[in-house]
Amino acid sequence: MAARLKAPGYYRSALMMAGAVAFAFGLTWLVRMSTGHSTFRHFISGDAILTVSLLAVPLAFLVGLGGFDYWFYWAAGRPTRPEDHSGHGARSWKDYFRINTDHKVIGIQYTVNSFIFLLIGGLLAMLMRAQLAQPGSHFVDPNTFNGLFSVHASLLIFLFIIPVFAGLGNFVIPLMIGAPDMAFPRLNALSFWLLPVAGLMMLGSFFAPGGAFADGWTAYAPLSTNAPIGQTFFSVAVQFAGASSVMTALNFLVTIITMRAPGMSFFRMPLLVWANFATSLLVVIATPFIAASQFFVLLDRALGFNFFNAAHGGDVLMYQHVFWFYSHPAVYIMMLPGFGIISEVIAVKSRKPIFGYRMMAFSLLAIVGLGFTVWAHHMFTSGMASWIRIPMAITTAIIAVPTGIKIFSWLATLWRGVLHLDTPMLFALGFLTTFTLGGISGVMLAMVPFDIHVSSTYFIVAHIHYVLFGGSLMTIFAGVYYWFPKMTGRMFDERLGKWHFWTTFIFMNLTFGPMHILGLQGMPRRVSTYAAKFADLNLFISIASFGLGLSVLIFVYNIVTSWRGGPRSVSNPWRAMTLEWHVSSPPPVFNFDRVPTVVGGPYEYGVPGAVHGIFTPTPTPVGAGVPATSGEH
Amino acid sequence: MDRRRTLMIAGALGLLAIAAGIAISYAIHWFPVQASTQAKNTDRLYHVLVIASVPIFVLVAGSILYSVWQFRMRPGEELKDGPPIHGNTRLEVFWTALPTALLLGLVGYSFVVLHENEKKPAREIQIGVTGQQFVWTYQYPTSVTGGAPINSYQLYLPENESVEFNLRSKDVIHAFWIPAFRVQEDVVPGITTHWRATPDRLGHYPVVCNLLCGAGHSLMRSTVHVVPESQFKAWIASQEQSSSGGASAAGASG
Repeated sequence: MAARLKAPGYYRSALMMAGAVAFAFGLTWLVRMSTGHSTFRHFISGDAILTVSLLAVPLAFLVGLGGFDYWFYWAAGRPTRPEDHSGHGARSWKDYFRINTDHKVIGIQYTVNSFIFLLIGGLLAMLMRAQLAQPGSHFVDPNTFNGLFSVHASLLIFLFIIPVFAGLGNFVIPLMIGAPDMAFPRLNALSFWLLPVAGLMMLGSFFAPGGAFADGWTAYAPLSTNAPIGQTFFSVAVQFAGASSVMTALNFLVTIITMRAPGMSFFRMPLLVWANFATSLLVVIATPFIAASQFFVLLDRALGFNFFNAAHGGDVLMYQHVFWFYSHPAVYIMMLPGFGIISEVIAVKSRKPIFGYRMMAFSLLAIVGLGFTVWAHHMFTSGMASWIRIPMAITTAIIAVPTGIKIFSWLATLWRGVLHLDTPMLFALGFLTTFTLGGISGVMLAMVPFDIHVSSTYFIVAHIHYVLFGGSLMTIFAGVYYWFPKMTGRMFDERLGKWHFWTTFIFMNLTFGPMHILGLQGMPRRVSTYAAKFADLNLFISIASFGLGLSVLIFVYNIVTSWRGGPRSVSNPWRAMTLEWHVSSPPPVFNFDRVPTVVGGPYEYGVPGAVHGIFTPTPTPVGAGVPATSGEH
Repeated sequence: MDRRRTLMIAGALGLLAIAAGIAISYAIHWFPVQASTQAKNTDRLYHVLVIASVPIFVLVAGSILYSVWQFRMRPGEELKDGPPIHGNTRLEVFWTALPTALLLGLVGYSFVVLHENEKKPAREIQIGVTGQQFVWTYQYPTSVTGGAPINSYQLYLPENESVEFNLRSKDVIHAFWIPAFRVQEDVVPGITTHWRATPDRLGHYPVVCNLLCGAGHSLMRSTVHVVPESQFKAWIASQEQSSSGGASAAGASG
C-alpha cells in the first residue's frame, strides 16, 4: 500500500487531495486568526475554505497523478528517470486513465472527454427547453434556470468546442507534419488532465450552497462579484481550462515551427495545420485576458478588492472590455480549427486541389489580426463611449471578408470535382450552409442601430448557435467521422452517419431558426419565462430541440459500436495525400517507421504523378526529382 | 445536358429563389409594432440588410446544390480525380473586393441611420430611469413637471415629443429596452447612460430588462404609455397630487 501511495496514480492523488483540504482549513484559520477573528469561535468560514480548496485540491490531484513528477525531480536536482517510453502509447483501456505522453492517446483522451461534456451540456439545454416549452412553467426555479444556461454555455465553450479541436489537432498535427510526437509531450499530458478538473468543477457548482454560478458564461460584474459561492467555481475552473488552452497552443506552435518533416515548408502544410497555427496564436495572446478578468472577480469576491465596485471607485465596464478582449477572439478560436477540418474534407472528397491555397492561409492570418480589433461590438449597448462603436462596426464588417474568401474558395473547390457525398462531406456541405447563415446574421449585428435593438435577445442566441452549432459542431462531426478510421483503425457505419447528418441538419435549423424571429419580436435571452405571445414559437423550438438531442444519440451509438466492432479500416480509406493517411490505422507508437520527406503540396489531386510525401530510409534532397515509387505503403 | 444549359437552369432557379426570399422577408412579421421614429429607421435598415443577404445565401446554397447535382461521383468514378485547378487570381481579387465594397456600403448606411436615430432635436424632455433588482422607477424632473419632481413606477410619455432617458442603476447592470421603440442601453452602476427616442404612436408597450440581473430578471418588466400631450399633462398633475400627500411611489431617490 505504501508503494502505491508513493507511485503516481489515483491513490496518491486521493492522499494529496485530502492534504490540500487540510491545507485550506489551516490557511484560512491562520489568516482569519491573524486578522483578528477569534481563534475558536470563527474557526470555520465555509466560503473561504471552499475558495482555497478549489485552487489547491485540483493541483494536488494533478501532482498525485504524476503530472509534475519529471519537473519536480529535475527542479530538486535529483536524477530524472530516463525516458523508457512506458508512459507512451496505449496497450489497454487503463492507459487512457493515467498520465500518458503519446499525442495519439492524448488526442483521444481530449476528444472523448470533450464529447462527454457535449452530452452533459446538451442535456442541460434539454432541461432549459423543458422549462421554456410554455410561459410561466415551474419545471425549475429561476435561480436553477440561470444556473442551467450558465453551466451549459461554459461547458460547451470551455470543455467541448475549444478542447475538442485541441484533441483532434493533437492527434492529427504531428502525423500531418511528419513528426514523431508533439514538441513537449509531458506538457501535453498535463494540459489534458487540467480539463476534467475544470469540467467537474463547473458541474460541481450545482452542489454549492446557493446553487450553480448563474450569471451566464459572461459573468458580468457586479452581479458575479456579489453572487453566491457557486460563482467561484466558475472563476477558478476558467483558470484551469485556460491554462490547458495556453499549454496546448504553445505546444502546437513549437511543434509546427520546429518539427516539420524535411521538405515540409509552410506553404506545403495542410490547411488544418495552418488553421491550428493561427488558432494557437490567438490562444496564447488572448487567453491571459480571460484569466485576468476572472482573477479580478475572484479577488473582488474573496478579498474585497473592489475592482468592479462602483461605490468604491471600481469600473464596471472595465470587466467587459477585459472579458471580451479574450472572448471575441475566442469565437475564432472556436472556428478556425473547424475551417482547417473543412479544407481537408472538401479537398479530399472533391478530388481536387484546394482552390486558392495561399489565400486560404493568408485569410486565416488576417482573421487572427482583425480578431483583436472587434471586441467592443459585444458592447454597443453597454454605455461605453459612443465613438468606439464606429471603428468597431467597420472592423466587424470587414472581418467577414477573409471568412467570405474561405467560403468562396471552398465552393470553387467543389466546382467540377468528383464529389464523394459520404458522411464527412455531408457535414462539410451542411457546415457551409448553416455557417453562412450565422455569418450573415453576424454582419447584420455589426450594424449598430440594428444591434441596439437585438443585442441580448434571442436573435443573439440564434446567431451564436448558427455559428457554434451550425459552424463549429458541424466541422467537429465532419472531422470526427473523417479521422475516425485513423484514430481507431475501424470504419464507422455510413448509413447511420447519414441519418445522423440529416437529423442534425434539419432539427438544428428548426431549433435555432425561429429564435431569430423571437429576438426581433422582443424576447430577451436568459429568461425563465416570457410573454404569452411568444408561447407558440417556444413550444415549437422545444420540440425541435428534443429531436436535435435524440440525433446525437445516433452519433454516440454509431461511434461506440463501430469502435468496438466496426470493420477494420485500411490505412488510407479516403485516398488522401496528407501524411497521416500514409501510416497504418491506427498509427504506430512513434508514428513513422521511416522519416517522411515532403516533396509537394498537400492537395495535388488530379495532378498526374503528384506526391505529397515520400518514405525513404534516408531523406531525398528537395528538388532532386521525384522518385518513381510513391509514398504508399 | 451540357454545362451551359444546366448553368442557365440553375441561374434561373437562383433568381427565382432570390425573388422568393425577398418576398418572404416582407411577408414575415418580424418586428413588434413601430412606435417611434427610430423604429421606422431601424426596420428599414433591417430590410436593406435582408435584401443584401438573400442573394449571398442563395449564391452559396445554390453553388452547393448545383455541385451536388452536377459533380457528384457517378458509379464507375470511384478512382477518378477532378481537374487540378489551383486557383484564379482574378476571381479571388473579385470576391475579395466586391464583398469589401458591399460591407463598407452597408456599414456606411448603418452610420447614417445611427446618426439619424441619435441626433439631438431642437427640444426634448428629460426623464430619469432607475433600475434596481427587479423593478424600474421613473423620475420626472421639474423641467418636465413644471412643479415638484415626480418619482413613479409608471412611465407615461407624450406623443411626438423626443425623450432623452437618463439611466442609473442602484445595484447591478440592467438594460432598459423598449422593443416597440427598437432602442436599449445598459443601466450601469456608477455612471449615467442615455438613450433617445421619439414615440410617435399612441398605445401601451412593454418595457423589458434585457440584461441578466439575477433570479428575478425574467419578471423585471414595466409598461410605457404613449399618450396625447393633454393626457400626459393630466397624468403629471395626478402624480403631483398623490406625491404631495406624502405617498411617493418609490421614495425620493434617483
